[in-house]
Amino acid sequence: MKTALSFARDFSSFAIKGGRMYYAWLLFLAFFILVGSYTAYLQFTQGLIVTGATDQVTMEAFFANFVFTAHVAAAAVLVVAPGYFYHRKDLKELAVMGEVIAMVFVATGITFVLFHMGRPDRTWHIIPGLGYMNFPNSMLAYDTIVLNVYLLLNLIGVSYILFKKYVGTFHEKQLALWFRPIVFLAIAWGPLIHIVTAFVLASNARVGMWATAVLPFAFLTMAGASGPSLVVLIFLLARKYTKLEIGDPVIDLMTTIIAWSLGILMLVFSAEFFTLLYPSTEHADSLKYNMFGHNGLNMYVPWFWGVMVALVGSFIALLFRKVRHSYDRFLPLVCFVVFFAILLEKPMMLIFPAFSPTPLGEYAEYHVTLIELFNVLFVWALCFLFLTLILKGTIGILTGEVRHDKSSTASQNDA
Amino acid sequence: MSEEKNMDLNGADEVVQGRRDFLKHVCTSSAAALVVATSPAEAVEAASNPDADATVAEYFQGHFLLMSDEEKQKAIARLEKRYTAQYSKKTTVSNTEAPDGVLFGYALDIGKCIGCRRCVHACVKENNQSRNDPEVQWIQVMKMPKGNISFTPENLDKGYPEKSEFGDYGVQVGGNAYKTAGLSTEDAQNYYTDDTVPDKDFFYMPVQCQQCEKPPCVKACPVRATFRDHAGVVLIDYNWCIGCRMCQLACPYHARRFNWGEPQLPAEEMNPKTHYFGNRPRMRGVMEKCTFCVQRTREGRNPACLEACPVGARKFGNLLDPDSDVRRVLATKRVFRFKEEYGTYPKFFYYIG
Repeated sequence: MKTALSFARDFSSFAIKGGRMYYAWLLFLAFFILVGSYTAYLQFTQGLIVTGATDQVTMEAFFANFVFTAHVAAAAVLVVAPGYFYHRKDLKELAVMGEVIAMVFVATGITFVLFHMGRPDRTWHIIPGLGYMNFPNSMLAYDTIVLNVYLLLNLIGVSYILFKKYVGTFHEKQLALWFRPIVFLAIAWGPLIHIVTAFVLASNARVGMWATAVLPFAFLTMAGASGPSLVVLIFLLARKYTKLEIGDPVIDLMTTIIAWSLGILMLVFSAEFFTLLYPSTEHADSLKYNMFGHNGLNMYVPWFWGVMVALVGSFIALLFRKVRHSYDRFLPLVCFVVFFAILLEKPMMLIFPAFSPTPLGEYAEYHVTLIELFNVLFVWALCFLFLTLILKGTIGILTGEVRHDKSSTASQNDA
Repeated sequence: MSEEKNMDLNGADEVVQGRRDFLKHVCTSSAAALVVATSPAEAVEAASNPDADATVAEYFQGHFLLMSDEEKQKAIARLEKRYTAQYSKKTTVSNTEAPDGVLFGYALDIGKCIGCRRCVHACVKENNQSRNDPEVQWIQVMKMPKGNISFTPENLDKGYPEKSEFGDYGVQVGGNAYKTAGLSTEDAQNYYTDDTVPDKDFFYMPVQCQQCEKPPCVKACPVRATFRDHAGVVLIDYNWCIGCRMCQLACPYHARRFNWGEPQLPAEEMNPKTHYFGNRPRMRGVMEKCTFCVQRTREGRNPACLEACPVGARKFGNLLDPDSDVRRVLATKRVFRFKEEYGTYPKFFYYIG
């Protein structure tokens, strides 16, 4: 118990220490958290009427961002899996970073869902026993289960690894018997949360753009592109500003995953577009609205083509060895573009245009309100605050700067 | 819920508050009720207004269908007390069960409908929907061009591409080829503002909850707040709904409406004869929709929209009774169901007189 307390103390005191840039970043996030607390208060007292959602376009920016957090959370297994499946030693040591990202992003996703709900105070209604869960019929019930289990698995995995490393007993022989099964379960669970999230959308036959079998594949490939993009950015920052050593091969593996996820994504998109546009039945209406607009309503058109250009451009750029190895210049830029293109694809291609035409033939544009935008930024600021702090502490433990036995700082070798 | 009390009885601006200060608010609203109550009897009733315990009890109440009879009575008493105080008129919340051996069905003659939207407004009045900013309407009337709605006659002999060595008719024959085909809602006008109806070049098609046999909304609800009763009507427990809107996503008829903000229902326009699953005032953040006027039809009356229809385009009845209006329509008219391809099996039938 005493060890656990000193772990918490050492971990957090290392996490909040940093240079001027580090504090500037935390302050930047704090600003959005401050403003966001007020806008969140407005939403929870006045209702979702403060967002841009209507009965026509009923899913708001929170839901779009939730889908994106599921992308990144699921993709974190791509950091964990190579270490455990292919025994890549360098990645196995970094696996815990991936698990931290998964943990924080799935928690962020759950927060977005709470913002999406009209009555977040009644969340307890879904807890079996206390309330009633419509299992196995409702896809949202499945999603609730898989998201919470994934959060729990990663929470257990991360705390166990970090604590063991902190006290210096993280060796193959000294690990608890349940640990490996938990890690493998978490690896399998990553894609699962994503497939289920895709089914939450694909199960709605009336939304022509979602009711397609390629949706889980589109989600998985977008996860494979957006998640590792964030990982590369984090790894590049970590090895530049901390003592953590991350070799080029690790970055290169992530870059390869991004490139070929984008490649497969292009195939998935073209398959979907072809299947819709060649016969051009009513199922193609939403896509045509997204691509070309409808009777002057063309708000989504530049977003559609912008995202397409960004994704194809990033894929082509990553085919060049020069870009892939430009660790301080082009690679982070490409990763940044991929991350944001897929983030913006969610509201502007996947969610909002899919609602037009409505079942009664209405076309509608979605305009995000300022309160809604600040609530989205609020959740993202919280996400990145926790991500920064936990990753910083984790790096401290991985480099041995944070450990229980203060005397043998440098001599001990982590396995 | 404390949020439900946001309607100020004196007609002043809505009081915005979180659930943490519901205590304070309950006190103010009972005081306000005391002031405006017209008769002494009402004043006494308003004074014994729901206290904090009742509000908490309402928050922790379970799904209505899973309650014991005693719990149901308590829940209803709580609501009646609260509504009576809030709207300063004696409000009843009924819990009448659907009669046995009944399957409710509706038939609507799109040949007769003149698009006057009296049904829409009668429904709003009967069912205590939010009145302004926004007015929530459960029935939406589509105004559609007459004839086959998926083509225009002038385009029939046009071709695309226009010139080819096989003649000028193209591969995709018809200038209509790029319009959505089938019984499409593409050209429907939902917000027409005509001074006089009917417009002779159009027909009208009112759409409301189709009370499906296989409702996608019931399947999608993660907490079973929406369900089907044994008379075949899809209902919502407003106190159980978590506002996730999965049902709205699933519905192929755009029949469900969400209370995005606090419903604005002036006390003088409130209909005090309510049903737990029907027209009792809703709170912010929950779903609502047509219930075939459960407060009326469970007691053997007709829905409000039917009574309001000036041309008799609407028929309601028991689908299990061969002599009912609906069954007679099914037996003798040309009947179709809206968006049958979704496999929802609506109990709302359209026919052409």
